Amino acid sequence: MGKNESEMVTIHVMGKKHEVPADLTIMKAMEYAGHQFRRGAGCRGGYCGACAAMYRVKGSYKLQGALACQKIVEDGMYIAQIPFSPAEKITYDLSELRPDANTFLEYYPEISRCLSCNTCTKACPQDIQVMDYVQASLRGDVEEAAKLSFDCISCGLCAVRCPAEIVPYNVGQLARRLNSRYVMGPTEHVLKRVEEVEAGEFDADIDELKASDKKTLQDRYENREVKL
Amino acid sequence: MSGYPEYMQASLKLVEKTRPDRVGKALRAMNAEEKQQILRDWHPDYKMDQKRKLMIGSSTGELMPHEVADTLEAHPIIKPGDIDLSNVAYDVDVLVIGAGGAGLSASLTAIEHGVSPDKVLMVQKLRLGDANSKMSQGGIQAADAPDDNPTIHYLDVIGGGHYANKPDLVEAMVKEGPGVIKWHEELGVTYDKLEDGTMQLAPGGGTSRKRMHSCKDYTGLEITRVLVDEFINKEISYVELTSAVDLVMDDRGQVAGAVLWDMDHDDYKVARAKSTILATGGFGRLHIQGFETTNHYGATNDGVVMAYHVGAKLRDLDSTQFHPTGAAYPEQIVGQLCTEKLRARGAQPLNKEGELFVYPLETRDVEASALIRECYGREKGIVTPTGMRGVWLDTPLIDVINGEGTIEREFAAMYRTFNKFGIDIRKEPMLVYPTLHYQNGGVEINVQCETSVPGLYAAGEVCGGVHGKNRLMGNSQLDLYVFGRRAGRFAAERAKTATLGNLTLDHLDVYEKMLSDAGVETDRKAPMLLPEYRGKRTLEHQLKML
Repeated sequence: MGKNESEMVTIHVMGKKHEVPADLTIMKAMEYAGHQFRRGAGCRGGYCGACAAMYRVKGSYKLQGALACQKIVEDGMYIAQIPFSPAEKITYDLSELRPDANTFLEYYPEISRCLSCNTCTKACPQDIQVMDYVQASLRGDVEEAAKLSFDCISCGLCAVRCPAEIVPYNVGQLARRLNSRYVMGPTEHVLKRVEEVEAGEFDADIDELKASDKKTLQDRYENREVKL
Repeated sequence: MSGYPEYMQASLKLVEKTRPDRVGKALRAMNAEEKQQILRDWHPDYKMDQKRKLMIGSSTGELMPHEVADTLEAHPIIKPGDIDLSNVAYDVDVLVIGAGGAGLSASLTAIEHGVSPDKVLMVQKLRLGDANSKMSQGGIQAADAPDDNPTIHYLDVIGGGHYANKPDLVEAMVKEGPGVIKWHEELGVTYDKLEDGTMQLAPGGGTSRKRMHSCKDYTGLEITRVLVDEFINKEISYVELTSAVDLVMDDRGQVAGAVLWDMDHDDYKVARAKSTILATGGFGRLHIQGFETTNHYGATNDGVVMAYHVGAKLRDLDSTQFHPTGAAYPEQIVGQLCTEKLRARGAQPLNKEGELFVYPLETRDVEASALIRECYGREKGIVTPTGMRGVWLDTPLIDVINGEGTIEREFAAMYRTFNKFGIDIRKEPMLVYPTLHYQNGGVEINVQCETSVPGLYAAGEVCGGVHGKNRLMGNSQLDLYVFGRRAGRFAAERAKTATLGNLTLDHLDVYEKMLSDAGVETDRKAPMLLPEYRGKRTLEHQLKML
């Protein structure tokens, strides 16, 4: 932290060499070097997974993954973006599924090929226990798979690294939807309020507010009961 | 080890020292007069030299930030002669422009209302689901708790919006809130719940009840990815990396589709549609007054520009939302959102002396003003190595108040982000400063999501009227699904009976004539489509208001 602003490092973006300020993220460093993103940029805040990248640093054999918007450049970095992960998302009707292992095996049978090598977990820029949620899916533990995969942003780095050719993020998505729909279920007070709204219970009160002049609204707003 | 530079350590010590005494303490909320005063003195919206009156078009005379007016007083990218309108690449019933929460909801709802999935086309300049919707952290409001109801929500919205909201839109939003949550749960969205199966609800700035539903601090991510998953399940047609650059009209004055730019091939294509829905989001990447932004890469005001080219009315664009707490340090994440839920769960804003200076849950405009005043009026901010100023947001209090582990459990995203840059927010506060977050105004719609131009619908942040002059936390998420679904429904209904005439881009010539008649001489072009950060612009942080 607090590096001297003028300190520069050398990076190689898809083979092209650039001198960039040492404290920039990969994304900003690429822009500094003159690149305008079309693919490979999204939220720029670590929420969307559009900017997955792989890199090696000079002198190391290690192939590493990162989000370009979250990773600070290092001197001697070789960078390739992986803006798209080639994978098919299976289509299904959630209302016809059951929350068990067979569902996962029917739609994503390749999960049974998991070698437990943990490469997916090591590749994850979100530090998610990817292998563990794939294994949880395999044994039908929907709740655990949903919980473990929750912070997934579908950047695809696990999928490009998996030697068993599993696409973990699709498996996690299925797990979370099954868990919400079938394990957690609907919320009673939400359903009740929807019925009340549909029965018109609040219409008269809201109509009265809508018909009020600004002064009346102001009085009611400033003097409203606050229960936090 | 501290994640902050040596010179900030003395101030951090003061934060630590005052922490035990601050537990459970808060300054009182401001009264109506105090709020007006601080807004007038310190809110960026009230700096009149940062705005001008629009010189052309259906909203001539409306006041708006220079950066927004610049995109409207600009030449369209294409000229009518550039495009062969007889060569229609996509011929559909409903065209949806934008793939965030509003666009996804609109598409899914259009097919519920009888449009075939191959007769809906969604175009998106980035990827499916890539939008501000996905970045929402703190939550979504809906009045479904026993001690709450839509009437109470209505009053919070309209008071928070300074009574400038369009009442019909507010009514639709608050009444349909619980229905949106029900729909989400049917689709398999995972909301945070208590052990008894009820929703875990939090307050937000300006709410009078705990009404915020959350999915950890990945609320927008969770909802968006479920909608994307369902969108693909329904086999609705879509094209990514394809941006609308202008709307197409027909010779009967209806909007009839759009000219699309295939960004992979640098090629224009024509989409013809009986109903067109704008769901293009906001304008954060215009960096109003030089502010950093929380917004997605694609938030460049394209929808408002395209709508204005066909004569749609705009409203409330004079009002911009600055989120009180954007990151001010470290440099790599400057401007990024530090969710309001942090304050809802007990984090307090503090000045460099470690002192409280504002009630933590004022409405966003008031809270942001108080932070700006502390830094630039009272000179009690902390200056960063790049010369920005900020105040502390004392996050360790969250675990003190709610128990150890709360931050990791409920703020996984925040914890992860700061940790990557060496700051452990369980142990050290964040350094924050207001950041450009949301456009309160936009294209005017009615409750059917119709704009003032036949055939053109709009939903989500691109619209104005729902939030008046100030939006409350969690109501943008709600807005997306309520009005996204309405737009999909009414656009589908229209498509069943609408017929189209001959396609034309003559409105662009009309627009050019308006520009020259008004004496606008510029080489600016719009919509912007992609923001410009190449070269040294990467390093710019220049606040124009100060």
